[in-house]
Amino acid sequence: MADLIAKSALEGLVPVTHGALVLSDATPAAVTSVAPFRGKGRAVAEALAPMGLTLPAPNRMETGPVGRIVWFGPGQALLLDAAPGPLAGLAALTDQSDGWVGLRLAGPGTEEVLARLVPIDLRPPAFGPGAAARAPLGHMTGVVMRADDGIEILVFRSMARTAVHEIATAMRQITAREG
Amino acid sequence: MRIPGGLIDRSKPISFRFDGHQMSGYAGDTLASALIANRVRLVGRSFKYHRPRGILTAGSEEPNALVQIDQPGGQSTPNTRATVQELYEGLSARSQNRFPSLAFDLAAVNDFAAPMLSAGFYYKTFMWPRAFWEKLYEPLIRRAAGIGALSGKPDEDAYEKAWAFCDVLVIGAGPAGLMAALAAGRAGADVILADEDVRPGGRLLSEREEVGGSAATDWVAGVVAELEALPNVRIMTRTSVAGAYDGGTYAALERVSLHLGEPGDLPRECFWRIVAKRAVLAAGALERGIAFPSNDRPGVMMAGAVRCYLNRYAAVPGRRAVIFANNDGARRTAADLKAAGFEVAAVIDVRPDSSAVADGPVYRGAQVTGTEGRHGLTKVSFRHEGALHEVTADLLAVSGGWNPSVHLTCHMGGRPVWNPDLAAFLPKEGAIPGMIVCGAAAGVFSTAGCLSDGAAKGAEAASGLGFTAPAPEIPEAEDAAYALKPFWIVEGKGRAWLDFANDVTAKDVRLAAQENYAGVEHMKRYTTQGMAPDQGKNSNVAALAILADATGRGIEGTGTTTFRPPYSPVSIAALGAGGLHKGFAPERFTTSHTAGAERGAPMIEAGLWYRPGYFPRPGERNWRDSCNREVGYVRNAVGICDVSTLGKIDIQGTDAAAFLDLVYANTFSTLKPGRVRYGLMLREDGHVMDDGTTACLGPDHYLMTTTTAAAGEVMRHLDFARQAFCAGRDIHIASVTEHWAQFAVAGPKSRPLLDTLLDAPVDPETFPFMGCGEVSVSGVAARLFRISFSGEHAYEIAVPARYGEALYRDLVGRAETLGGGAYGMEALNVLRIEKGLITHAEIHGRITAGDIGMGRMVSAKKDCIGKAASQRPGMREGPEAGREELVGLRPLNAKHEIASGAHLFREGHPAVREHSEGYVTSCCWSPTLQSHIGLAFLREGRGRHGSRVRMKDHLRGLDTLCEVVDPVFFDKDGGRARG
Repeated sequence: MADLIAKSALEGLVPVTHGALVLSDATPAAVTSVAPFRGKGRAVAEALAPMGLTLPAPNRMETGPVGRIVWFGPGQALLLDAAPGPLAGLAALTDQSDGWVGLRLAGPGTEEVLARLVPIDLRPPAFGPGAAARAPLGHMTGVVMRADDGIEILVFRSMARTAVHEIATAMRQITAREG
Repeated sequence: MRIPGGLIDRSKPISFRFDGHQMSGYAGDTLASALIANRVRLVGRSFKYHRPRGILTAGSEEPNALVQIDQPGGQSTPNTRATVQELYEGLSARSQNRFPSLAFDLAAVNDFAAPMLSAGFYYKTFMWPRAFWEKLYEPLIRRAAGIGALSGKPDEDAYEKAWAFCDVLVIGAGPAGLMAALAAGRAGADVILADEDVRPGGRLLSEREEVGGSAATDWVAGVVAELEALPNVRIMTRTSVAGAYDGGTYAALERVSLHLGEPGDLPRECFWRIVAKRAVLAAGALERGIAFPSNDRPGVMMAGAVRCYLNRYAAVPGRRAVIFANNDGARRTAADLKAAGFEVAAVIDVRPDSSAVADGPVYRGAQVTGTEGRHGLTKVSFRHEGALHEVTADLLAVSGGWNPSVHLTCHMGGRPVWNPDLAAFLPKEGAIPGMIVCGAAAGVFSTAGCLSDGAAKGAEAASGLGFTAPAPEIPEAEDAAYALKPFWIVEGKGRAWLDFANDVTAKDVRLAAQENYAGVEHMKRYTTQGMAPDQGKNSNVAALAILADATGRGIEGTGTTTFRPPYSPVSIAALGAGGLHKGFAPERFTTSHTAGAERGAPMIEAGLWYRPGYFPRPGERNWRDSCNREVGYVRNAVGICDVSTLGKIDIQGTDAAAFLDLVYANTFSTLKPGRVRYGLMLREDGHVMDDGTTACLGPDHYLMTTTTAAAGEVMRHLDFARQAFCAGRDIHIASVTEHWAQFAVAGPKSRPLLDTLLDAPVDPETFPFMGCGEVSVSGVAARLFRISFSGEHAYEIAVPARYGEALYRDLVGRAETLGGGAYGMEALNVLRIEKGLITHAEIHGRITAGDIGMGRMVSAKKDCIGKAASQRPGMREGPEAGREELVGLRPLNAKHEIASGAHLFREGHPAVREHSEGYVTSCCWSPTLQSHIGLAFLREGRGRHGSRVRMKDHLRGLDTLCEVVDPVFFDKDGGRARG
C-alpha cells in the first residue's frame, strides 16, 4: 500500500534569519482543542494533573514535562504536543493538529519585531513565562505564547506564507535599525 | 555665513542641492539652517499671491519654507518643512509654487490683483455660470494656488506601523520634559520620552544660558546620559506625538530614515500607537508674530528662531538686525546677535515703559510700520513718538509673545482657557484623562520654572502609578519673569499678514466679521486662516484676537477653533503602512494550491482564499472551453475539486442537537449518526444567513459546513448564540476548517474511483445519498461524506491537511485515468446552476426562505433564530407580499445570453426602473443543456413558470426574451445523485 506524503505548510519558508533574529518552525506535534463537558471541569483537572498540567487561566499557558496547554477562550484550551487520551469522555476534544502552524521568533529584538504586528505589550515584564494570548498578527488571527527561547506564534495553516512574509519584513526592518 | 560654535559637526561637511545649486552644510544642520548659512533668503512663493517668502521659524510649525525633496528613482515628497528636514549627503530640494523660477515667478502677477482677491473673492466671483466652476474656474485656481506636487508614481517605499507601551509617556524633551522623564524614570516607572527633534533639549539647544552652573547643552547631555542608562526609559527622537485618543493611546510619527540618503532596509517613517497609563505633556510653546504692513518679506523671522539659528546652528540669518517685540524675552536676541558680532540697528518695543537697556538703540512705545526689499528685507520703517524713521536692515526679528502648545490637550473635545495675565491660552485641566501638562505648555516660561514644574509633574505621574522616589534636585537656571504687553497688529496702509501659509491678512479677518462670518469657525472657513499645513500654529491666536477686536467680544468670548489631530502632518503612507500591494489582506492557500498553479489554473479570490477558476488545456480558446470540458468530467465521468475553503465547525455536547435546532430553521435533533442533512440558517431578522450541510458524526457530535463566504460570520454567530442564548448548556464549538483538506469527488465514476483509493471499498449501505462515515486512505484516517453540489453521484473526502496535497494529486491522477480530471470554480458554478442550487449570489442578505422556495424548511414544530421575524407581514410567502421568488430562466433562443444583474420586465413593458419585476443573480452557458440559463428573482415567479419575461441589461446592452422555468434545470427528481 502506497503512503500519502505529509507536507508542512512551512516547507521552504523557514528558517528566516536577519542579523541575530531567527524565525523557525515551532509547529506543535499535536494540537487538540479541549472544552470540558458540563460538570466535568474537576474531572478534567484531575486527568490533566498526571501530565503536570492544569486548565489555564485566561491569557496563560501551563507547561508540563511533555505537553503544554494554553487558554483559547471561555471554557476552551489548546493542548499542545501531548496526546489527549486521558481526557476522552470528559471534554469535547477536537483534533486541530493540521490547522495551525507554529513559528518561533528568537534573538535580540524579538519583541520589537512583533510590536510591528501584534497590538499587545510582549515585553518580558508584561508577557513573561507562562503568558499567552489570542491576538491579531497583522490582519491574521493568532495565538502568541512566551517560550523559553523567544516567542511562539500559532497561525492558521493557510496563512503560513503571509505570516512568514510579514514577520520577515519586520525582522529586516528591525535589523536595519540595529545596524 | 557661519560663526564659530553651535551644535553642528564641522568634521562632517555635507553637500546638497537647492533648486539645482550646489551648496554645503554640516552634519547637525537642517535644510533651513544650511540654506541660511549659504545666504539663501528666498525659499518659496506663497500659496495664493505668489509672494516671495523666506524662512520664518526653526521648528515644525514653519509656514513658508515648504520644499519638494527629490529622491533617487523619481519619487518626490512635497511640502517638506525645511526646518525639520535634516541635511544628508546628496539631498536635493526644490522650491515650490513658482514658474519658471523662484526669483522670477509669472504667477506673482496675482499679487497685483490682490485688492480683488481678498477672502471670499472666489465664492463671490465664480458663482455662475454654475457649470464653469468645475470645468474652468476650479482647475485654473488650483493651478495658480499650489504647494508642491506629487511625483505621480506609486509610492513603493517602506513604511512601518508599531505599538509601544509604557507607564509614563513624556511628550517633549525640553527642560520640563527631561526633568519629568528623570523624575518618573528614577522612580522606576516605564518611561517613553518622545520629541520631534533629532536630539533632546528643546529650547535649551537654542539659547545661550546656563543650567546648574554649566552650559545648558552640557546639562542636557548629562541628563540624557542618565536617562539612556536607565533600562526603564526609552528615548524616541525624531518622533512627533500627533494625537491623543481614548484609553491613553497616543499617535506618533517617527521619521526613521528621512535624514538618510541611502536608507537601505529602513522604512521612511514609522507610525506609532503608544499606549500610556499616564502622560506628561511638555510640548513647550510656539512664538507668535505681530501683524504689521509687509511683515512677510524674506528676512522677517521669529526672534526665537533667530537665536536658534545663531546658537544651535552657528548660521547667521542677517548681519544688521532690527528687533520688534512686545516682551522682554526678545531682548535676548539683541544680546545674542551682539555677542556674535553683529549689529543691532534698532530694538523696537511696543511698550512705552519697557527697559531702556538693550544691546542696541531702543525705541520704546514704537511700532514697525513697513518693510522694503523685493526678494529680501533691505529696510525697516517704524513710528516712534509720532515720527517716522527708516533703518537699513537685512533681518527683522519679531516676537509677539508665546503660545503654549496646548494642541494635544484639545484632541478629546477640551477647549483651552484664556489667561489674560499671560495673554495666552492654557490647557484645560483634565481635558485628556491621565495627562498632566507642565512647563511652557502650561504657561511656565522660565527655564527654572520648567525644570521644577517638569520634575514635580514627572514625579506626580509616577507616584499615581505607585512609583515613588526622592524628587530630583532642581539645578539653578534662568528665572526671569514673563513680561509682556498683548499686542497683535500695527494699524496702517498695506497688508498685514497673519497666516503666511494661506496668504490671509488682518483685513481678511475683519472682512469676515463685517460680512457676518463672525464666529471663529466661520471666520476660519471664510478666510482659510489656519487651514494650511501649519494648521494655524503661527496665526490662530493673533487672528482670533483681531476677530475679537472687530466683533467687540474679547478673546475669551471669541474662543478658539477646534484643535484636531494630527499635531503636525502625518503622511498617508505611514498611516497605511503594511497595506501596500497585498499587505492589507492575508493570502489563504489551500493544500492543492501548488498543484493547481502547476496546471496553469488562474486563481479566483474567494474572500481571502485563492481557488482555481479552471484548468486550461492546449487547444482551448478561452475559459469557457475549459469550463465546458470540466463540466463534462462531472456529468460523464468523475471530477475532482478542492472544497477545503468551506467552513467546518465541530459541535459537541449533550445540548448540541438542541443547539442545531436553534440555529437552523429546520430540525436536526432527529439526525442519526452516519447521516448528513441540508440546513438553512436565518439571521435574527428572519432573512437567510447561510446554508450548508451538517453531519452527525456520533452521539452528541456534529460537523457543520458553511459556505466559504460566510465561514467567519457563521462561526461568530454560533459563538454568540452559544454564549448569549445558551449559557450553561453543554455546547462546545471549534472551527476545524483549517485542519481538514476536503475534496469533492463527483460524477458517475466517483465510486469506482474511491474503491481504487480507499483501503476498503465504499459500502453502499453505509454511504447512501446523504450518508457519512470514517474511511481509511493508505492508513490515514479520513472522513467520507456522500453529498453533492453538482447533482451527480458524488462524495467529499476529508483528510488532515498535511496529506491534502498528496491526496489531491492522487485523486486527479485517478480521475484522469477514468476519463475525468480536475475542475475549478467556473465548472462548479455551472454544475450548481444547472441544478438550481443557491450560493450567496442568491442568498445576498435580503432573501427569505420562502423566496428561495424553502419556506417549509422553517419548521413549524420548533423555534429557531429568525423564525419570529420571518413571520412578519411582507416576509411571508403569498400574493399579498408580492415578493420576488427564485426562478430559472431559459432564453427563447438558446444562444442568447443571460447576464447577472440584468433586470426583468413583462413582455411589452418599457425596460425602465419603475417596471422592473426582478433581477438575474446567476447565469452560465450550460454545456449539458446546450443553452444559456440563469437563476433570477421574479415577482411571484413561482406562479409564472412557462410565461415569458424580457431580460434587459442596460450596462451590457443585452435584451433577451426568456421563458420562466423551474430553477432546477437538470435531473429534476434527483435520481442521479441518489443512484
